[in-house]
Amino acid sequence: MNLKMATRHALFAILELADHPRAQISSAQIAEKYAISPNHLSKVLRTLVCKGLVEAIRGAGGGYSFVGNAKRVTLLDIILIFEEIGTPPSHKQEPGDDTAEGQALRMVMGEIDAISRATLSSITIDTMLKISRRTPGIGSAVHAL
Amino acid sequence: MPTLAANTEFEIRPAAAADLDAVIHLDTQITAMPKVEYWHGIFERFGRRETDGFFLVATSGEGVLGFVVGEIRAWEFGSDPCGWIFAIEVSPDLRMNKVGTALYAALCANFRKAGVSRIRTMLARDAQLVMQFFRSQGMMAGPFIQLEKELDE
Repeated sequence: MNLKMATRHALFAILELADHPRAQISSAQIAEKYAISPNHLSKVLRTLVCKGLVEAIRGAGGGYSFVGNAKRVTLLDIILIFEEIGTPPSHKQEPGDDTAEGQALRMVMGEIDAISRATLSSITIDTMLKISRRTPGIGSAVHAL
Repeated sequence: MPTLAANTEFEIRPAAAADLDAVIHLDTQITAMPKVEYWHGIFERFGRRETDGFFLVATSGEGVLGFVVGEIRAWEFGSDPCGWIFAIEVSPDLRMNKVGTALYAALCANFRKAGVSRIRTMLARDAQLVMQFFRSQGMMAGPFIQLEKELDE
């Protein structure tokens, strides 16, 4: 399973902000740490502000902060802001969908989607930070803010 | 149901027969399915074991706040001996007070003492609260996948 670029940026931003609950962090700092486009990240942060998960403070010393509940907000909550998991209900018919084989394939893929959703909804931001802390980063892009 | 004031101390200890009514009440409150015989059976099987099965309760002066049950299982489908957690419940009014974490830690300590180094459990996919709890304790997906089938298909 791959996530869209915007989703990955959002997850990185939320994790970074939630890991520094009393700090105001600029989008440039987050972009630098994760080696991602500052422009694209800014758009993602605006979306997160609109969703009430992030607060933006303008001016000198300003920046972004996480204002959600890290013990309640899950990875799935963030991901669903930017993309669907699995086949959306509005999915258009594909050739072969009406056959027994097409239905069987849909059933198996649905099983995978259900497991993905269950996994993502079981991991809160707080838990994800714990996982991150015990997982060593690799490469030069990873450094502490 | 008891409420836990700030800084109220509680203890974790093996379940006693006198705790069963409170355990059954708590389980019924959470699952909405009274299982009186089941819990008496669980107590008979695990309440008096000290080496390969554990039935622990968290209590304060107010009564039973929560409980956990686990046993050591070995060689199911090739699995080496592991601690298997098959019940953990905390009074809904008392969640986020570290009662579940203390129960979990006490059970893990018993498993470690018994010589196992890995714990496992199985949950319904939609049991989000309990799954989030186990995830917060560091549990990850294991190498097994649960399968099932209706026998009359």
